Amino acid sequence: MFSTTITNEQFLKAIIETIQMVGVSLFVGSLLGIPLGILLVITRPGGVLENKALYAILNPIINIVRSLPFIILLVAIIPFTRLIVHTSIGTSAAIVPLIIYIAPYIARLVETSLLEVNPGILEAAEAMGATPLQVIWYFLLPEAVSSLILSLTTATIGLIGATAMAGTVGGGGVGDLAIVYGYQRFDTVVVVTTVIILVILVQGIQSLGNTLARKIRRY
Amino acid sequence: MIELKNASKTFTRKGITIEALKGINLKVEKGDIFGVIGYSGAGKSTLIRLVNYLERPTEGQVLVNGRDLGTYNDKELRLAKKNIGMIFQHFNLLESKKVFDNVAIPLVLLKKSKSEIRQRVQELLEFVGLSDKAGSYPSELSGGQKQRVGIARALASNPSILLCDEATSALDPQTTQSILQLLKRINAEYNITVMIITHEMSVIQEICNKVAVMEEGRIIEQGSVLEVFGHPQHETTKNFVKTVVQNSMTPSVEKSLKAENGSLLYKLNFVGKSASEPILYEMIRSFDIKVNILFANMTEIQETTLGTAIIQLSGDRKLVEDALAFLTRHGVSVEEVESYVFDHNNE
Repeated sequence: MFSTTITNEQFLKAIIETIQMVGVSLFVGSLLGIPLGILLVITRPGGVLENKALYAILNPIINIVRSLPFIILLVAIIPFTRLIVHTSIGTSAAIVPLIIYIAPYIARLVETSLLEVNPGILEAAEAMGATPLQVIWYFLLPEAVSSLILSLTTATIGLIGATAMAGTVGGGGVGDLAIVYGYQRFDTVVVVTTVIILVILVQGIQSLGNTLARKIRRY
Repeated sequence: MIELKNASKTFTRKGITIEALKGINLKVEKGDIFGVIGYSGAGKSTLIRLVNYLERPTEGQVLVNGRDLGTYNDKELRLAKKNIGMIFQHFNLLESKKVFDNVAIPLVLLKKSKSEIRQRVQELLEFVGLSDKAGSYPSELSGGQKQRVGIARALASNPSILLCDEATSALDPQTTQSILQLLKRINAEYNITVMIITHEMSVIQEICNKVAVMEEGRIIEQGSVLEVFGHPQHETTKNFVKTVVQNSMTPSVEKSLKAENGSLLYKLNFVGKSASEPILYEMIRSFDIKVNILFANMTEIQETTLGTAIIQLSGDRKLVEDALAFLTRHGVSVEEVESYVFDHNNE
């Protein structure tokens, strides 16, 4: 009754693919998203480097990308993906849309985290005669670190969800396994196992994020 | 040292214009502890933010050390700000950094060497009495200790001006006292000019030598603390003075006053020497009139005693006038009091 058609090796491969997709897209997505988030905060009206034009361009672009469901984004940017990785199928072909998906998401989360920083601290920085870069580096970021960690945790979990759709372009991963073997071939064992794996993964990441954030906040 | 010339500030938000400051003229001399008092919304926070250009005046000028801050470029302005320390009501410390690093920040911004920073921070923490808290986080400190950290941080870059924005308003009376004493020491030992914004008259009484009273974006009265406390002109000022110096009769005394024929009420102000001499005694001995003391009080301001008395004089008209002239001659300022009760009884 607990029979299944797939092997442990297949499972292991799927887990590695998921971690690969999440890891690479989170890394590159952060490299793009964090500066973008900072830019949103400093260029907004009243920010330390207020720039109405730049803010007016960035803000809607992020909203547009953010409003596309991942599955649509995945298909819509295939020509772009091909341009970057020279293929439109496989794990690396899934990573490109994942990055495009997660970078604006991270930017928004970073923006929210930075806006939470007590404005009084920024006023103190300004009173000390700090340059805009010094304000960001010595005041804004250190005060937001623990909140930023929680933001990246949320982004990571969002990415895990998105990788399930990577199967559409043959990206592989745990989610793909669940759909192709579990759902389409009625293999309950695969479905249950992947759900357990995902739950453990998400729980683990969330706890790690919470612990890190608490450690930095020190209370 | 600090001079505001006809400075105005208007904010426009969502099409609504708010005049926060209207034509402010003010001069703070080197070595002053200058207090600005007013109710909330009077514009005092905006006023103090003009001095380090956190807010730019819409009109008028802000001069620090004789130079108009409006003529500086961004870089020069940042440099000028290192000469002006500031402390805040809610301290505005970095919660993510230890006390040591909080105090060190202005020096880090100035790119000082590690050893220089270490030495200076230790010196500052010792001065504010927190040497043992260098490794603590702000969340582990009390309000008074946090403000001490704020003060140490503000002094790190060796400023010649210290701005205090409601620095004691979030503290209990005892802690307020110790912070005020610290500010006094900073003024005396480092010769730093201090400007204080507050809504507590006791703060002005405790440490300021000059005061400006604000209402609705204007300065309605300013001068030496002694002058303003002794002779408040404006209604708002009188209300502030009343909070620290009692200068009127108790209601029951006022009620029980009988309007005797020919008797009048006078308010006497004794300042400094005249407060400690037996002037009233001598007046009574020299003139054959009846003196009834209805109220008397002494307060110390700026190490000077300020005495107030309300007396009722009755007797020969000429003698009363001579007695009053005698008082004036001995440095007592005399004003006739119109008693509410009197008016009432005369009807």
